[in-house]
Amino acid sequence: MTVISILAIAVTLLIMIALAKPVGLYLAAAFDYAPNRINRIFSPIERILYKISGVREESQSWKMYALSLIGSNAIMIFIVYLVLRFQGMLPLNPAGIANMEPTLAFNTAISFMANTDLQHYSGESGVSYLSQISVLVFAMFVSPATGLALVMAFIRGLTGKAAGNFFVDLIRALTRVLLPVAFVSALLFVFMGVPQTFEPAATATTIEGTQQEIARGPIASFLAIKELGNNGGGFLGVNSAHPFENPNGLSNLLQILLMLLVTTSLPFAYGKMAGSIKQGRVLFVSMLMMLIVMTSISLTAEHVGNPALNALGIQHDQGSMEGKEVRFGEAQSAFYSVITTAAETGAVNTMHDTLTPIGGMVPLVNMMLNTVFGGMGVGFVNVLMYAIIAVFLSGLMVGRTPEFLGRKIEGKEMKLIAVTLLVQPFLILVPTAIALATNPDTISNPGFHGLTQALYEFTSSAANNGSGFEGLGDATPFWNISTGIVMFLGRYVSMVTLLAVAGSLAAKKPIPQSSGTFRTDTAMFGAVFVGVVLIVGALTFFPAVVLGPIAEQLTL
Amino acid sequence: MRIIWVTLRTTFTLAIVCCLIYNLAVWAVAQAAAPDKANGSLIRNAEGQVIGSSLIGQSFTDPGYFHGRVSSIDYDANGSGTPNYAPSNPELLTRTEKSIAEWKTENPDVAISELPIDLITNSGSGLDPHISPAAAEAQIPRVSKATGIAKDKLEQLIQAHTQGRSLGLFGEPAVNVLELNLAVQAAK
Repeated sequence: MTVISILAIAVTLLIMIALAKPVGLYLAAAFDYAPNRINRIFSPIERILYKISGVREESQSWKMYALSLIGSNAIMIFIVYLVLRFQGMLPLNPAGIANMEPTLAFNTAISFMANTDLQHYSGESGVSYLSQISVLVFAMFVSPATGLALVMAFIRGLTGKAAGNFFVDLIRALTRVLLPVAFVSALLFVFMGVPQTFEPAATATTIEGTQQEIARGPIASFLAIKELGNNGGGFLGVNSAHPFENPNGLSNLLQILLMLLVTTSLPFAYGKMAGSIKQGRVLFVSMLMMLIVMTSISLTAEHVGNPALNALGIQHDQGSMEGKEVRFGEAQSAFYSVITTAAETGAVNTMHDTLTPIGGMVPLVNMMLNTVFGGMGVGFVNVLMYAIIAVFLSGLMVGRTPEFLGRKIEGKEMKLIAVTLLVQPFLILVPTAIALATNPDTISNPGFHGLTQALYEFTSSAANNGSGFEGLGDATPFWNISTGIVMFLGRYVSMVTLLAVAGSLAAKKPIPQSSGTFRTDTAMFGAVFVGVVLIVGALTFFPAVVLGPIAEQLTL
Repeated sequence: MRIIWVTLRTTFTLAIVCCLIYNLAVWAVAQAAAPDKANGSLIRNAEGQVIGSSLIGQSFTDPGYFHGRVSSIDYDANGSGTPNYAPSNPELLTRTEKSIAEWKTENPDVAISELPIDLITNSGSGLDPHISPAAAEAQIPRVSKATGIAKDKLEQLIQAHTQGRSLGLFGEPAVNVLELNLAVQAAK
């Protein structure tokens, strides 16, 4: 690894930091119901969409907001399912791809609507062009928009405002954020070499005289929303490791920035909405610290490489190159694996199954913690939940009633949060144990790594990430159904419980800040927050991580 | 009940906007502004026949050409993938030892210590169009012997087909194997 490779990562992080605050302020204004300049620009177009859709611009109760969110997503999952089941008979299918099998369609429909994009099919052979550009792209727009609506409603609750209207938030997320940014970045991707065509695969006669079929398609438009919406599902089987889906260092940079764009700006949007940017900045800095630590561990592990291969006497300055692409090298591959799991996107530019054990542990831990920025909207809601836990624990330690943004945290909220906290390890560890006991033949790598493969699959599903240790033979009814259920519960249970927390807090009378109030905008609070995240994470997952990646590292 | 009705209508509206308008708008601008790239950066020969894509690797076995990376799918670009061998998988070691043995027979003049790791590892996509500059250099003696092209000339060709880091910063320098081999073919 050269100094330039590390400098490139530092520059990327600096661009991310520079973008976070202005984008956050824009988001806060874009989702404000009071008249402002952004509303004046976008409202005329949106009114047309509301009219066609039958949306009334009226504030909903917390229950109605949650019901609209879950209800609309459930109906959309069903529509996506139907199109996948019948894609073989529908138009725009030049490769003649067959209908998707029921358990796989179940998995895929939930996967894309739950912002996970775990893929048990391969893009080249499993879905038609129609499925790709209609239902999958549709879900890739609507699921991040749902996440963005959720986080805005949640912050409104914490700051004592009304919930707003789910459908208005959903459409605003699309017209004001996702569609314009996706359109511009899709075109930038085309200029970098990403195809956007409806022509079928090209046939080439190679120099050595053999035939080569080259799959292509409308990849650029898919790719832009895949990264921006923290979706992560690839148009082609190997996702952003495919040269068409990530042709060079520049496209790689744009993908990383798109993954981080919204999720890193949300702390600032929150600070603005809470009336003090400092409230958001402390969370941003805490998460940035965790991100830098994760990046450093991953870079070191991949640079040291695989001792077993290095011992063969070859030249290994490039670090571990199995499952990596030359144009990215070890540094950009390791960095991408950290970002894609921090921002819960799940796009990959290197095969995570082939990462060194410690290099593979970093993405796993990112998904287990789910608080190193996290996915579109839901990630930051999770972060705020941990902030409330941090306040609660600090309150217990000094014997005062804990308050967050001037509202008392009481038994009701903590019960809902405790349920949310317990659901995640339950969704990861129990199915992993069942899978290892009942389906050992689907695991492709022997030894401790096999355990990590199953653990990774369920962690990725529960965290709605979608990357995988892809050696796993996961296109079976067992994996399709089990991960489908885990993705669904991992997405929607916490949405409901945390909206209930927001509703409950919004109804409380704010109490004025006094000298005894535990402040949530100081470095001290940032440290407590990180401590809580790490302690809760370690208590829950440490044994599983020791049995998987750490044990594997020790055997090399 | 109202939610169901609004959802169905919203789904319809958003399908028009996000699927139809968005995809087609990107497609129209892409095809007008950068048709070559939008159709897959295909390379054609003098007769106009497609001989590959500058972004997609091909399998090269002739000793007179530069070879690409290991591909478990043998550069079948109608799919993509790797065997996903974990670092602890014994098959990874077996395959690598086999690649090293083949290297020794094909390149008797170059020591193993000069064999870069990217040449004997499977790429992420199985379609990696590149090798590292060191991996190209290591093949100069073999290609020179098989084609009769001078080593200096091959050195120049490698440099001409090495793409640097994007903006001088992002990614790693890489040699495009297909484009390099086309130049080798022309120089023969």
